[in-house]
Amino acid sequence: MKKTIYSFLALFTLASFFFACGEGQQGSNGALTSNAAERVYVAPGEHDEFYAFISGGFSGQLSVYGLPSGRLFKVIPVFSQDAEKAWGYNEETKPMLNTSHGFVPWDDSHHPDISQTNGELDGRYVFINGNNTPRIAKIDLSVFETTEIIEIPNSAGNHSSAFVTENTEYVVAGTRFSVPVPQRDMPINEYKGNFKGALTFISVDPEDGGMNIKFQLIMPGFDYDLSHPGRGASHGWFFFTTYNSEEANSLLEVNASQNDKDFIAAVNWKKIEEFVNNGGGTKMPANYAHNVYDDNTHMATSTMEKEVLVVNPAEVPGAVYLLPTPKSPHGCDVDPSGEYIIGAGKLSADITVHSFTKMLDAIENQKFDGDAYGIPILSFEDVRAGTVSQPGLGPLHTEFDGQGNAYTTFFISSEVVKWKLGTWEVVDRQPCFYSVGHLMIPGGNSRKPFGKYVVAMNKITKDRYLPTGPEVTQSAQLYDISGEKMELLLDFPTVGEPHYAAGIAADIVKERSRKIFELQNNKHPFAVTSDADARVERKGNEVHIYMTMIRSHFNPDNIEGVKVGDKVFFHVTNLEQDYDVPHGISVIGANTSELLIMPGQTESFVWEPKQPGVWPFYCTDFCSALHQEMQGYIRVSPAASGTELKWSLGE
Amino acid sequence: MKRIFRYTTLALSVLALSCGGKEEKKSDGFQMERKGAATPTETPAAQPATTPPSKRVDLANKGVGPVSAVTLPAEIDTELAATGEAVYNQMCLACHRIGQKFIGPAPNGVLERRSPEWVMNMILNPERMVQEDPLAKELLMEFNGSPMANQGLTEDQARAVLEYFRTLK
Repeated sequence: MKKTIYSFLALFTLASFFFACGEGQQGSNGALTSNAAERVYVAPGEHDEFYAFISGGFSGQLSVYGLPSGRLFKVIPVFSQDAEKAWGYNEETKPMLNTSHGFVPWDDSHHPDISQTNGELDGRYVFINGNNTPRIAKIDLSVFETTEIIEIPNSAGNHSSAFVTENTEYVVAGTRFSVPVPQRDMPINEYKGNFKGALTFISVDPEDGGMNIKFQLIMPGFDYDLSHPGRGASHGWFFFTTYNSEEANSLLEVNASQNDKDFIAAVNWKKIEEFVNNGGGTKMPANYAHNVYDDNTHMATSTMEKEVLVVNPAEVPGAVYLLPTPKSPHGCDVDPSGEYIIGAGKLSADITVHSFTKMLDAIENQKFDGDAYGIPILSFEDVRAGTVSQPGLGPLHTEFDGQGNAYTTFFISSEVVKWKLGTWEVVDRQPCFYSVGHLMIPGGNSRKPFGKYVVAMNKITKDRYLPTGPEVTQSAQLYDISGEKMELLLDFPTVGEPHYAAGIAADIVKERSRKIFELQNNKHPFAVTSDADARVERKGNEVHIYMTMIRSHFNPDNIEGVKVGDKVFFHVTNLEQDYDVPHGISVIGANTSELLIMPGQTESFVWEPKQPGVWPFYCTDFCSALHQEMQGYIRVSPAASGTELKWSLGE
Repeated sequence: MKRIFRYTTLALSVLALSCGGKEEKKSDGFQMERKGAATPTETPAAQPATTPPSKRVDLANKGVGPVSAVTLPAEIDTELAATGEAVYNQMCLACHRIGQKFIGPAPNGVLERRSPEWVMNMILNPERMVQEDPLAKELLMEFNGSPMANQGLTEDQARAVLEYFRTLK
């Protein structure tokens, strides 16, 4: 009897051993692969293979990570003030946050997209949208700094943005909330038929990257949720998902979910471009800020633009069509070939795929199912390429690996599902922890994805990390997608809420990254590029200090003759010309942030001393063995005193 | 000021056309006529034209969660119901309005459709209910994927809310 039990046990042990082996060979099916750590480990001193630019959501910024390590390199300030880098605090960058509503020190940054040439990532710029006070920012990847921000008039909740066409002809910004156009005082419940949705096409200068609003398409009063450009054969078109085609103005949670289909709006922007180039469209009075930062003057300027060109779709027949798509579609993604337009109905269990070829055919043969405010509605079955049937709950966003596979996130069922373009069959699924929103494959929004990793960006992480009070980190998850099955490799925390990200092979970007700013090109009006020119000047109650800094002193470092009631400008030039030697400066009681000044750069802050005394200033960025000696004093005398203005170093 | 947006059946759209649908288009809303039949993807075979889950009666189902048996005395405990009403007003009213379908269904007469255990489990364990209870799953879809929030009620509080529901007809 005992023997039987033993042999049973032995058999069981053996069997479970085989079973476990079998599972191991299959790769991970929810379980972590054993060598995951090795595959994300980037040894000290070595570089990651990819950059990932991950939006900060309600932080308003853009963070820069390495993949596969998940290491954070930099948080690039975009729409929010950042005391660490003096962004929006120093005199040079304050104009970058100017808008028609005045200085706005915060926004909600959502969708970064990298500039393209011939449908491939070129690594020159990242564009990103500010949702709340509609703006589009451009980050120059030679300096990893925001160098241009343009406000979008007639827009509200700038969400279906900031996506670029395949030669960066345009960066596109669509409104989420429809509003009265132009804005005016009117009853909210007269929304229907009166509110409009502006889709804005911002041209990007091929030489200097300068942005300019070419035209705004004034669409019916739906919510324009996300968008993507056509590519390849569909280059010249842009696709926008819509919801609230009910045109509800209250309790949208219920009232915008009534129709079993909303639309993807297909916009032939080339046709509209031709129309406006031939004098079409209407110039409409407007007021929006256009802010440009110059890397030679190291200063931003803000210009209020007073006019915008608007186009009514009815004026350009054949330029805009509506593709019925179930149900309140959110993600709007175009595959690398440009043939498939994927609409993820977030309240549907299905993913709908439209065919560009079938769309053109339906247009040609006028297979219309009615119209909305004069815009033809194409017949659903005539444009639909296929449906991925019930792959999960709450489909949101899709990216591509360039190998014929698509990867879609499911918010409600919290997973990434891999499926095949053309056959619409589900190949694999992996859980996300938890409630995934966007996902990103480096180059996944281009003709040539780097189909090695996918990053899932999650909304909820409870119990995934050490707790930090009621607010816990949001996070990204890295999966290896080089095999048939996706494999979870790594969780890493993110800055703010990671809405979307853009990834690119590091080699394309890193060679172009600047190390210093050349002193001879410094055109800042208050720059001192020769130490001999360091000085202090008084103009009425304004005192301008033309200061230099180099390891490890300021010139001047003793200043006298400043009085209570003066407005003191510190204009500080970093004379270093060596890589990675920034200096910082602040003075006691300054009602603003420090300055963090790169080699060859000039920055300024204002200090308004309120008490007589002798007040110190010092370098705030550890710069050398004598960093602690890098300090100085400024004497403040009573308002009526006759203290003479003088300055010195080493006297 | 009649504004229309209709996905109509073939019959209805023919009717609309013959009634001068064109004229109605002048209103500032828009009209859409679907000429095709309903698409196969919209009406999966698994879902015959029955009553929606919120109207369905299922008194045998106890749901998934900590509550396995509740005995309701014949008389309503008015004091307990009053406690339940206070809890309800603080924790539930944002989505469940009395006598009115809102984000979620109205609680009126819920015990004519659901077992007391199911109701309490839905309150106490909504995350697992929408994953594991077929009826709760369907309800989630009927209510546009709006998740039932876990408001962290104690079992005693949920029991009190249940008593309050008994007073709502």
